[in-house]
Parts: sequence; C-alpha cells; structure tokens
Amino acid sequence: MSANSLTADEPVSFYQLDEQAHPEGHSTMLGFWIYLMSDCLIFAILFACYAVLGGSYAAGPAPKDLFDLKLIALNTAMLLFSSITYGFAVLQMQQGKVKGVQLWLAVTGLFGLAFLGIELYEFHHLIEIGATPQRSAFLSAFFTLVGTHGLHVTFGIIWLATLMVQLSKHGLIAANKRRVMCLSMFWHFLDVVWIGVFTFVYLMGVLR
Amino acid sequence: MSADPHAEAHGHHEIEMPHATMRDYVIGFVLSVILTAIPFWLVMTMPLSAGTTGAIIMGFAVAQIVVHMIFFLHMTPKAEGGWSLTSLVFTVIVVVIMLAGSLWVMHHLNTNMMPMPHEATSQVEGQAP
Repeated sequence: MSANSLTADEPVSFYQLDEQAHPEGHSTMLGFWIYLMSDCLIFAILFACYAVLGGSYAAGPAPKDLFDLKLIALNTAMLLFSSITYGFAVLQMQQGKVKGVQLWLAVTGLFGLAFLGIELYEFHHLIEIGATPQRSAFLSAFFTLVGTHGLHVTFGIIWLATLMVQLSKHGLIAANKRRVMCLSMFWHFLDVVWIGVFTFVYLMGVLR
Repeated sequence: MSADPHAEAHGHHEIEMPHATMRDYVIGFVLSVILTAIPFWLVMTMPLSAGTTGAIIMGFAVAQIVVHMIFFLHMTPKAEGGWSLTSLVFTVIVVVIMLAGSLWVMHHLNTNMMPMPHEATSQVEGQAP
C-alpha cells in the first residue's frame, strides 16, 4: 500500500506481501493443545454412548460378571508409572542430557507396552468367554470406548519410538525439544482419559 | 489475554515452553496414587453403601483430573497467554452439555417410550387369567 502503487500505470496491489516474523514452531504447543481438546470431544461422545447404553445387557453378562478390578488396578498403576517416567524424561531434557531423555522414554515405552499387554489380555479373555462386542449394547459401547483409548496408547508408543530415533540422529535440537513436549502433553492427556475410564466404566460398573 | 503470547519470543530463537520441576512431578504422582488407591479400595472392600461410594469415587476422579492438569500438564491461567485455559474451559462446557444432554434426553425417551411388543404381550398374558 505504498504511495507509488497509486500511479495509473502500475497495477494496484491489494495483498500484503511483506514477510512477517513467524519463528518456527512458535504456535505448535497451543495448536497441539487444541488438538487434544478436540480429542477430548471424541472421548466425551464415547463416554456419553457408554453412559446411555451401559445398562443394556440384552440378557447378557453385566460389568459385575466381567471386570476383574485387580487387573484394572495393575493396569492403572502401569499408566501412572509411565506418566511420572515421562516427567523424568522432560526433566532430563531441561538439563540437556540426551542419554537420560532416551533412557526415560524407553522406560515409559515399556510401561506403555505393559499397559497394552494387560488390556489385550483382558479383551482376549472377554471375547473367549463370549462377551464380544456383538453380544449387547453395553459391550459394544465398552469395547469402543476402551478400545479407542487403547488405540491412542498404541499410536503414542509408535510416536515415542519415532522420537527416540529422531533424538539419536539429531540430538536435543529445538524441533526435538518441541516434539518431546508435545508427546508429553499427549501422554499425560491419555492418563487423564484413563482416570475417567477406570472410574466411570470399571469402578462404577462393578458398583451398579 | 488478547495480547500476543509469543510477542516476547519473537526476538530470540528459543520457544517458550513450560518449565517442569521434580517437585511438581513428585507431588502430582503421590497425589495421583492416593486419589487412585482410595477409590479402588472403597469399591473392592465396600465399607460404604453403593450410592455413597459412587459419589465419592466420582469426586476423587474429578480431583485427580485437576491434579494431572496442574502437575503433569503444567496448566496455569497464564500458559500460552491464557488461550490454553480458555480452550479448556470451552471444551469442558461443551462436554458437560453433551454428557448431561444425552443422558437427560435418552432417559426421557426410555421412560416415555411405548411398550415394546414383547412387553405388551407379557402384560396381556399377565392379565388374562
């Protein structure tokens, strides 16, 4: 919009062509947070489905007959441990120690795998005794909600492994630090969702 | 709130990230263990009635979610110039409307629904003799 563009010969420019300062990744953290909030809405819908359908057993098994709380307590412990070990990885990153970050990320990944293993064992057991997703509306809603959370953990572990490769290749560069912080948010967010799952699905289910 | 949260970061290269401390993680972890163990213990041993236990464990879940938000996700009113908290509050409002609305609507549909065919026949059979 400079004065010389007002002469009749030159075309008038209505676009802002000047480059603005956009440091790389300056809005990644907020953007990722907003992604997590939209993920939160997916889980809210699945929780609402479970809340509506959770009592429709179609003369099939009820939560009381199916859930083993000791197994769920173990599962919860695995996820909680993985949360604090991820915290240790972030602390090591703040001190600039690549090896420390990778060690704690590996420990986090192992706890994540343990969680998934226990959950798959539970699903396998349920399907084996005939409590499949097709059996009743309650079981459809249950497998969808808990399975979606499990899928998120699976993708979290894949991301974690990818991040460890990136760290070993490039070290603690700014981009990798950003990625560690984004996965940190993702991982802790999954633990927050799990609080809702074990309270609302498992504990309330056994009470019902 | 309306100020650009990244205005200060423009000058230098480092991106503003929440600063985590060992103290935060340890406090968060200990609180989480307590807030998880008590609900499991309450449900597994059942010292109270089902209704009271249900109300207590829901309270503990909300408390633990807040603990995770503060100590693990480093949520503060000032994070990202307030936009993190704003989007969180918006999400919570949408979630509450969706959950409460779904339950309310479906409950009313259930209570006001016409009797299903098999229920109707069983009622007729019950009245027949």
